[in-house]
Amino acid sequence: MTGTSTGVFSGLRNWLLLPSWLVIGVLVLSPVFIMLVYSFLTKEFRGGVIWDFTLAAYDQFFLDRGLFGDEPPKMEWTYINIFWRSIWQALLATLLCLLIGFPTAYFIATRPPSARTVWLFMVTVPYWVNLLIRTVSMKFLIRDNGPVNEWLLATGMISEPIHLINTPIAVQLGLFYSYLPFMVLPVYAAMERYSFSLSEAAADLYASKWFTLWHIVIPSVRPGIIAGCILVFIPSMGAFLAPDLLGGARNFMIGSLIEEQFKGTAGNWPFGAAASMILLSAVLLVLLYYTHYQSKTGIAKN
Amino acid sequence: MKRLFFAMTTAFLLVICGPANAAGKLSIYHWFEYIPQELLDKFSAEHDIEVTMDTYDSNEALLAALKGGRIGEYDVAVPGDYMVEIMSAEGLLDTIAEGELRNMGNIEPQWADVAFDPGRKHSIPYQWGSTSFTVNREMYSGDIRTTSILFDPPPELSGKINMLDSQGEVLALASLHLGIEQCSGDKEKLKALNALLQNAKPHWASFISDGAKDVLVSGEAAVGMIWNGFSAKARSENASLEYSYPKEGYLAWMDNVVLLKDAPNRDNALLFMDFLLEPENSAAVTNFAQYTSGVTGTYELLDAELKASPELNPPADAPSGTFVAVCDQATQELYDAIWTNLKK
Repeated sequence: MTGTSTGVFSGLRNWLLLPSWLVIGVLVLSPVFIMLVYSFLTKEFRGGVIWDFTLAAYDQFFLDRGLFGDEPPKMEWTYINIFWRSIWQALLATLLCLLIGFPTAYFIATRPPSARTVWLFMVTVPYWVNLLIRTVSMKFLIRDNGPVNEWLLATGMISEPIHLINTPIAVQLGLFYSYLPFMVLPVYAAMERYSFSLSEAAADLYASKWFTLWHIVIPSVRPGIIAGCILVFIPSMGAFLAPDLLGGARNFMIGSLIEEQFKGTAGNWPFGAAASMILLSAVLLVLLYYTHYQSKTGIAKN
Repeated sequence: MKRLFFAMTTAFLLVICGPANAAGKLSIYHWFEYIPQELLDKFSAEHDIEVTMDTYDSNEALLAALKGGRIGEYDVAVPGDYMVEIMSAEGLLDTIAEGELRNMGNIEPQWADVAFDPGRKHSIPYQWGSTSFTVNREMYSGDIRTTSILFDPPPELSGKINMLDSQGEVLALASLHLGIEQCSGDKEKLKALNALLQNAKPHWASFISDGAKDVLVSGEAAVGMIWNGFSAKARSENASLEYSYPKEGYLAWMDNVVLLKDAPNRDNALLFMDFLLEPENSAAVTNFAQYTSGVTGTYELLDAELKASPELNPPADAPSGTFVAVCDQATQELYDAIWTNLKK
């Protein structure tokens, strides 16, 4: 591609790329760089930083010196546990979205083309409403004397209200509901390109339905599934609306821990920046591993 | 074409950069839903001043915005008691000279000189109230005038308690429960405070501030930590709610109008402060927000319902409220650690 002289826009190539580079540079790279620098600075009491370089923020993250800082340093699990809780929660939400989203996408892709548009439209309609409002509505729906419990009680299916609000299950429900289309849409896009005559061919060759699904459909739409998983996993990990509103904010999530450092009483900007950098590095590692794995299997296939 | 463009740009720049200290303007930085629009309109009409207002949702957000470079943009703000002290220490406040406010004498004697702003050099009272908790009497009929309801609850209330998601207020109320002073650096006392919170947490269902009223009204929580005026509003929607004035003590707070440093319209800011010190105007705020004014002569002007409100009238034997204290950096870090430990 580089150095082609036949294209209409040849010669303009660098100029045409300039806006993208500006956007990436100004809006993506420079904030990350500022964050990286801040994470090594000394905190100023009640917000702000002092320009003295230190590792204090990372020390606080990884080492436990007791409440009064006078004990020999041990491994600090507090923040790692908060991260792990958020990661675990995001993994569960991703799995749940995949379990429901994959059949949904399959269903839509197998409808006649005119009907697909309607189904896709129906998947996206609820997302025209603000996320906050949808999460609050979920809270109203599932609380102890909310419509769901009242309906179940009235029909006699349960004799005691199911206690959902302020539990991890409620958080899962909220995340699942918030991010489902992020799974359905990429999987559907991949499924639409999948030629269903391959499934028919497999059936002609006596492959069972499960065999066809595992060995033909899923490998073909795998890029869509992986894209969907990433699109659900990453925002779920940083989510704080669902954990706060549906989980009762009893425990910090990554998102709320970092927010507290900037907006709360603590006002510890370097620590908030360090926690963000550690989160960013963790996500980057996962993505690097994924692209590495992708290219490897791609080569193996060829 | 070029000339037209130039003319338009110049006109635009003149509009947005117009003289910032033009007479006839006032820029307020205020809490959300805390002042009736009619009152702002009245001030506008009386003094021929154009009023603009931005809002914030916490004292810390106010501080972060001003420290982040917005000082010099606003004339007045309305920080809580401890935040007045912090803002003053951070050099964000201007001094009101002797005699600059002609209604200074309208301040109630008990608020004329306060610890968070000695001599009222930077601030005037806006509204004050208390922070304690409210119990749904249909769910619990025992004695509620004790902080044990929150920190060592009877079995029937366990798991049905909402706390405010506010470090300062939760830790200060817990200190009152234990009878230890705030901002204590004493290791044994801090360990006891930490242990109290760790043991109480399993009994708490949630940490919700903005929905503190809603969880009580809906019955989602049987007990909820809450501000008195907010609790009065909750009671008007659910009659079985009762606000408690615990015998161990409860928290008091006061929001104050402060004169900001580098105020672009300093004279109008003073006019506005004098305006809010008129009993009639202060009463209008109180009738709207349902807390208590710090200005003399407002009581007669209050709505009858408000005068009789149990949330605003502590029982005769209740102790007086305690303000949240401002700790120094070293001590504050210990309290931050205890809070993180509670929510980890």
